[in-house]
Amino acid sequence: MSDKSTHRFYGHGIPGVKSEDLGGKLIVMEGADGSGRSTQIAQLVDWLETGGRPTVQVGLKRSTLVSEELQKAQEGNVLSRTTLGLFYATDFADQLENIILPALKAGFIVLADRYIYTLMARDMVRGMDEGWLKNLYGIAPIPDAVFYLSVTPEELVQRNLSKNATLDYWESGMDLGFSREVFDSFLKYQAAMSDAFRQLQKTYKFEIVDANRSVNVVNKDLRKKISLLLDKE
Amino acid sequence: MKTFAESNFPGRLIAVEGLDGSGKSTQIYLLKRWLEAEGIKVYFSEWNSSELVKSATSKGKKRELLTPTTFSLIHATDFADRYERHLVPLLRAGYIVLCDRYVFTAFARDVTRGCPPEWVRGNYSFACAPDLTMFFKADLDVSLNRILEGRPKLKFFEAGMDLRLSPDPYQSFKIFQGRILDQYLAMSKEFNFMIMDANQPVEKQQVIVRKLVSEHIDLKQFKRRSPLPLPPALTADRDHHHEGEEDKAA
Repeated sequence: MSDKSTHRFYGHGIPGVKSEDLGGKLIVMEGADGSGRSTQIAQLVDWLETGGRPTVQVGLKRSTLVSEELQKAQEGNVLSRTTLGLFYATDFADQLENIILPALKAGFIVLADRYIYTLMARDMVRGMDEGWLKNLYGIAPIPDAVFYLSVTPEELVQRNLSKNATLDYWESGMDLGFSREVFDSFLKYQAAMSDAFRQLQKTYKFEIVDANRSVNVVNKDLRKKISLLLDKE
Repeated sequence: MKTFAESNFPGRLIAVEGLDGSGKSTQIYLLKRWLEAEGIKVYFSEWNSSELVKSATSKGKKRELLTPTTFSLIHATDFADRYERHLVPLLRAGYIVLCDRYVFTAFARDVTRGCPPEWVRGNYSFACAPDLTMFFKADLDVSLNRILEGRPKLKFFEAGMDLRLSPDPYQSFKIFQGRILDQYLAMSKEFNFMIMDANQPVEKQQVIVRKLVSEHIDLKQFKRRSPLPLPPALTADRDHHHEGEEDKAA
């Protein structure tokens, strides 16, 4: 795929990587657990690859370097907020340098199941400074599109319970002590996360997609937006 | 960057910095022995020692998975873990904390590897500055000889092999250490380093170290309180016991 577009970084980027060398497309899907991110990505990959476009997928906690250790640390819930924030940043940077950047150099379409915004929002809800986070994630390339799948907290509860019959400890923000009841904590935490995303929206442009609708309707919507993006080439 | 004293911590933090082989670890060890003997609440913390992060760091180093960016971030993670779980509680409890290397090690090393200085400093900006930083400055050749004398097997990242400075690890180590020294010296004014002449004999340096510490920190504030008197019941019990033993002896 010959590609005229290049990718700039939010900050200084990665030492030795020139933004002119980065082609391809970087498409980010954001949203809470149960907002349908992975289902949407799977359908988009089918559609793109059938159409002859090479894709690569990344997501949180998938790095070779630290994903196992990060999982272990979370199970014990022993890390403080700065440490956990930096650990996730390490996980992101490892995938950025080993998967995202090489794929963009090769002209692939990278589909990211969550990106720096979730990481920033989580840390902000835990009281970390926004300026600190912006500097930290100055290593990240600016995506071509960011879709935020917006679902009301009440609908998220229903979807998570029908899928897993339980609410995830971290997705309920149980470490924050909002409530001892996981149900109440989930609602409060998801509301706080939406606020953080709204705050981030001021700096980083997301396209908010109403994901209370059915999977197919949402996917059609996404395809239309992505087609426009690809046609620009 | 505010110091712990300026941030109203009851404790104080003393850091030593310098190249490998500058003798800083020996000096901070001797300082610790002295403070302990003086009955001062003291805790010693080393760079790169957080249990949780260690397995990821050693995997990254062994398998040479680290880039300048991930090298920097994983060390920041390690530091944050020690900072939040050990240093902050101890400093709030009025300890004197001794650090063999502090954030300046990252500032010097990561920038030498090509990370932008503002980015590295920003990442560490959650940490307060030491109340006293001693920089052990030895001639580059002296430090290099101390490390290289035994022809140790230099590790990949330790020798800066990732920077492709030279295919020979010893040559690479020399160039790498030289560049780190330049970085240290460039920041020494900004961060108030007390420059120590590390070419001097160990015991002479230690006299200066102890003098500097007592000038900068009012040590008597950090003495352990004398052991608490035992509660009355126990005291009586112990007296009783004591009498019993006397009886036996008699």
